[in-house]
Amino acid sequence: MSLSRYILRRLALTAITLLGVIIAVFLMARVLPGDPVTVKAGQYATPEIKEQLRIQMGLDKPLPQQLATYIGNVLQGDLGQSTRSGHTVREDIGQRLPVTLELALASLIVAGGIGIPLGIYAALHHGSKRDAGIQQLAIFSAATPVFWLGLVLIYLFYARWNIAPAPVGQLSTNVEPPRTITHLLLVDSLLTLNWTTFKDAAGHLILPVITLSVVVMSPFIKMARTSMLNVLGSDYITAARSLGLSDREIIRQDALKNVMVQLLTVSGIVLGYLLAGNVLVETIFAWPGLGFYAWNALTGSDYDAIQGFVLVVAVIYVFLNFFVDLAYTLIDPRIRLA
Amino acid sequence: MTEMHRPLLAIEHLSIGFPNERDGTMHPVVRDSSFVVNRNEVVGLVGESGSGKTQTAMSVLRLTKPPGQVLHGRILLDGDDILQMNDIQLRQVRGNRAAMIFQSPRTSLNPLMTIGNQVGRIYTRQRGMKKKDAGDATLEMLRRVGIAGPARVAASYPHQLSGGMAQRVMIAMMLACDPELLIADEPTTGLDVTIQAQIFELIQEIQQETHMALLLITHDLGVIAEVCQRVVVMQLGRIVEIAPVDTLFADPVHPYTRRLVGSILRPDLEVLPAAARGNDFPPVVLEVGGDRYQAVSVDSWRSVNVGRPEMVEVAPGHQVLAHAVDAPSEAVA
Repeated sequence: MSLSRYILRRLALTAITLLGVIIAVFLMARVLPGDPVTVKAGQYATPEIKEQLRIQMGLDKPLPQQLATYIGNVLQGDLGQSTRSGHTVREDIGQRLPVTLELALASLIVAGGIGIPLGIYAALHHGSKRDAGIQQLAIFSAATPVFWLGLVLIYLFYARWNIAPAPVGQLSTNVEPPRTITHLLLVDSLLTLNWTTFKDAAGHLILPVITLSVVVMSPFIKMARTSMLNVLGSDYITAARSLGLSDREIIRQDALKNVMVQLLTVSGIVLGYLLAGNVLVETIFAWPGLGFYAWNALTGSDYDAIQGFVLVVAVIYVFLNFFVDLAYTLIDPRIRLA
Repeated sequence: MTEMHRPLLAIEHLSIGFPNERDGTMHPVVRDSSFVVNRNEVVGLVGESGSGKTQTAMSVLRLTKPPGQVLHGRILLDGDDILQMNDIQLRQVRGNRAAMIFQSPRTSLNPLMTIGNQVGRIYTRQRGMKKKDAGDATLEMLRRVGIAGPARVAASYPHQLSGGMAQRVMIAMMLACDPELLIADEPTTGLDVTIQAQIFELIQEIQQETHMALLLITHDLGVIAEVCQRVVVMQLGRIVEIAPVDTLFADPVHPYTRRLVGSILRPDLEVLPAAARGNDFPPVVLEVGGDRYQAVSVDSWRSVNVGRPEMVEVAPGHQVLAHAVDAPSEAVA
């Protein structure tokens, strides 16, 4: 099978998955406790007003028709109206997704950048005290509650020592945001050579990034260590040794690429988790991202916003998986023909 | 020993151990083994699975996988003890003076690297060739090991090759090293019978062309008879007999060797030879220079309760592992 045919087939499968996601989100909204009409109309609305609103929202129609309308809306990018912000959900999410993305990517880079070398180092010193120490670190990292760590960091670095800026949002109030290019503050301020903004944005990023990366470092350490041990024990490494290649050459030319293939999946899962699962960290640091938005939507019975959030996160997951699969086919020649 | 008579490879009193899973004590898988391989000589190493053949072979290039380790002994390659070398000296031996081909050719190739790059890097690394020259040399070498369409094979990945093809590639890699000593560890395991014959022919042809010494590990006694000059027989981590190939087949001494040779199927006989039937092989009593020895199958040493075994030379170049039997007069005293 050629690469383009493979991509087409995977895309078709992705489309089917997405349809399933949309239907699931639609059904979820119908089973959730609470009546959207009551929420929208308010506690004191008369039955007549409620009935009018029900017809206006299309909730009097049969379920399949409602589903069709919903799918049509979603496909056109219409995710409904947020009752809290007054904006469309699409606008709201469009604004918050890059904020979360910036935090998630920075955490992924830090966690992977430290965790993967640590895991590989541990594997190369298999059975030593350093190996045991790194494994302890991985356990510690996995066992750290994210909210606890976030609060401790704020207490120490902001309240106690006052090194970090106030844990409120992405920028200090007196700092001008950069011109929007990529929607990522750090990148945009760098591109526009706006040093003051860059430093301020980086300062605000540091604590939440440390918090998140400590928590997600564990899978990187463990997977990097395990797959490196696997690779080092494989026949082709022994064969490469028998040919007189040095350990450095073997690790660089043979082992690392094979380890990276195995780490792709972990990176995909971790990025998905970071994009969807950091409600706590965003709430602690008042980080105006998706998680913070979802938290507010949930506590405020903002149904369209919740649906929109779940849908967007699910779509992100599906596409992340698609890209991970695609990356596999580019790195591993065995997959292309399989 | 003079330069001229020094063997290319001399293994002296080699013991290799792996830790016991329960208490971590070293459990020897190869014990007190000694044999030599001379220049331009083909030596066969035979024995059942688990007898320590592969461990012996791997230790020659110091490839014993941890937690296994060499416990005792010396491995002299042209007089230099491989076990005492530092990493740099060791890398000058591996893939240069000595090379090895392995049991499973397909898993012995890096799945993410093209064949051309895997062969080519030996040239760039060991010979200091430029990339382009290494590419040309690679194609030439692939052609030499009988690969039709070397350019296509060089561009492919290991999973696209058949087992026989992959073993040819491994042989090409080994040849690119131009070693004085080649260790071939069951190079045809898992290949079709016809392909097996082709691979052995190729190895034999290359050996005759390059005059490299060859240590061939195999289960196939037919191949041993055809290719080897001398044979080393291992049982349960011990070398039990070393003999010229003709002697081994015509006049095996050790009970285990007798059983092994007796197990060869003889199409010309209607019944199995007596040796192939049953499990019971009585100890063989030897008289050498007035001393009496008995050679006992290693698995029944416990029941015989004998002393320390030694290699006894029963004829020039023919050694058998046996235990000394005390002379009757001494026994009385």
